[in-house]
Amino acid sequence: MAKLLKNREILLVIAIAALLVAITLRFPGFVAPANLARVYNDTSILIILALGQMAVILTRCIDLSMAANLALCGMVAAMINAAFPGIPIPLVILVVVALGALLGSINGLLVWKLEIPPIVVTLGTLTIYRGTIFLLSKGAWINAHQMSDAFKALPRTSLIGFPVLSWLSVLAIAAVYILMTRTPVGRAFFAVGGNPHAAVYTGIDVGRTRFFAYCLSGGLAGLAGYLWVSRYAVAYVDIAAGFELDIIAACVIGGISIAGGIGSVGGAVLGSLFLGVIKNALPVINISPFAQLAISGTVIIIAVAVNARTEKRKGRVILKKAEAV
Amino acid sequence: MAELNLSPRIIPDRLQSRGSRALKSWESLLLVVAIAIFAINSFASPYFLDPWNLSDATFNFTEKALIAFAMALVIISGEIDLSVASIIALSSTAMGLAVTMGADTPMLVVVGLGTGLLCGAVNGLLITGLGLPSIVVTIGTMSLFRGLSFIILGDQAYTGYPASFAYFGQGYVWWVFSFEFALFVFFAIVYSVLLHKTNFGRAVYAIGNNQTAALFSGVRVGRVKFILFLLTGLMAGIASICLTSRLGSTRPSIALGVELEVVTMVVLGGVSILGGSGTIPGVVLAAFIMGMVTFGFGLLNVPGIVMSIFIGVLLISVIALPILWSRARRRRAH
Repeated sequence: MAKLLKNREILLVIAIAALLVAITLRFPGFVAPANLARVYNDTSILIILALGQMAVILTRCIDLSMAANLALCGMVAAMINAAFPGIPIPLVILVVVALGALLGSINGLLVWKLEIPPIVVTLGTLTIYRGTIFLLSKGAWINAHQMSDAFKALPRTSLIGFPVLSWLSVLAIAAVYILMTRTPVGRAFFAVGGNPHAAVYTGIDVGRTRFFAYCLSGGLAGLAGYLWVSRYAVAYVDIAAGFELDIIAACVIGGISIAGGIGSVGGAVLGSLFLGVIKNALPVINISPFAQLAISGTVIIIAVAVNARTEKRKGRVILKKAEAV
Repeated sequence: MAELNLSPRIIPDRLQSRGSRALKSWESLLLVVAIAIFAINSFASPYFLDPWNLSDATFNFTEKALIAFAMALVIISGEIDLSVASIIALSSTAMGLAVTMGADTPMLVVVGLGTGLLCGAVNGLLITGLGLPSIVVTIGTMSLFRGLSFIILGDQAYTGYPASFAYFGQGYVWWVFSFEFALFVFFAIVYSVLLHKTNFGRAVYAIGNNQTAALFSGVRVGRVKFILFLLTGLMAGIASICLTSRLGSTRPSIALGVELEVVTMVVLGGVSILGGSGTIPGVVLAAFIMGMVTFGFGLLNVPGIVMSIFIGVLLISVIALPILWSRARRRRAH
């Protein structure tokens, strides 16, 4: 039982269940299956982004530019659609995923080839990508009437009872799960974060692995960019501003260690769902939406404190005498 | 963050004379850049060289530079504080709340400084008390502090600060020299002395270079770091008083994104983001450069968001260029 409680995923499932029970006491309709499906759908974009951020954090890096990348890709998708409504939507998605991966690869190259600390790189590219949206759009909005119906309809289209948006996030979870657990690159993410020196000795190129992680996070941010813009049917400079913190919060809550090497796909998904449930529950239990930022902040701090406690038992003292001196 | 550096840090012996080292230092490069930008600006716009315009230009950087001094020490010690902009917001909100309760100007200053100190203490306790990584803690408190402002203010704004409160952001000490600029000069001296001439300053460098070694040589690592976060909170409180006084109103979105500019200023000033090296004169020069660049762009009608692209490029390139430079030199040496 005690061992079970130390498992982050199970702990999170219990926490989410407790949260749901507490919400249900105030508002019974919240746990209706249809509403839970809506909550999941609403959290889908965060899940997709958290999966990318997880890969980056696993390699001891961080990607603060994801939200700006999302916004830039979303704007590009909207502009392509507004200018050439005839281009099929899957092609648009392909273009923005490639663009996102390209923007991510810029982060990756700076971290890999120039060995600039990831936080500095992504703080810098965050403002650069945001500013680029302004340069592209000249500050103008792209509104719903400028987008084609197909562009807006795709994430809402129902497929076997659930919207395509939900299915896409399920697909992303499955793909990243396979990548993490069944491929050499996925193993390398853990190896690089767990012990970079050991990773080098086992023949893993640390820099290149980080580069791949940034490409993955960038590509997923590109996908999320299309989904965000088509779902809310508007694109402007400031969409998803500050969302990078939610993404990191989801990862930290999901037990992904900021020191690298520890984490799981399940953790990232559950961490996102935890935030998603809170976000969707606040309005129905009459808490001001303005409280959400403070709640996320508090949850991040609590989560990182819990993470630090579980990570402390990592090593084993083999020279007790030397320790005593 | 220091663990990102895979190769062992090589600290060179003093092979060159003091003079030639000073000539080749990052600070002298910054000085050249500052003079160049000053010259370019005076040619680009006829309005630049007016003393009152130049005085206005100082407001672009004084508040941020006040925080940058303390942030430089935090970064030299190998930590980072991303919550400074949110501390500004929370302490501005606290002052606004105090105004509605009828506080006078001295009371407002106490509230502003107190909130800053309190926020710094929260950061410091979480980081040194619980041993958590500063980057995540301050990302968390960044949301928390600004989130508290949002809870208190929502979509409202506080105005109605007393007339005497306006002095901190709008007053002039002598001729064109504003109160904020005087504060900037005062704290530049205080932090230069603190970092370069005291035991405390040595301890900050020691911690940044090798925390374990510092601990074993008797430096109270936890206490020094706690004081550094306290100082950063205090400086953010001072900056908040200046900014609130200058704007005359408080919104929860006040000073959004300032942490990025402060970190850029510190890194541009030659402080290593990995900790262990950097100087206050460098940060002072970086403050002047950033202030003059944004002011020059402003005179040329460049929109703010384009300036932020420039700051992002500046941040990455000031770190990338020395790396590329030393690589090129190593290649030539072989």
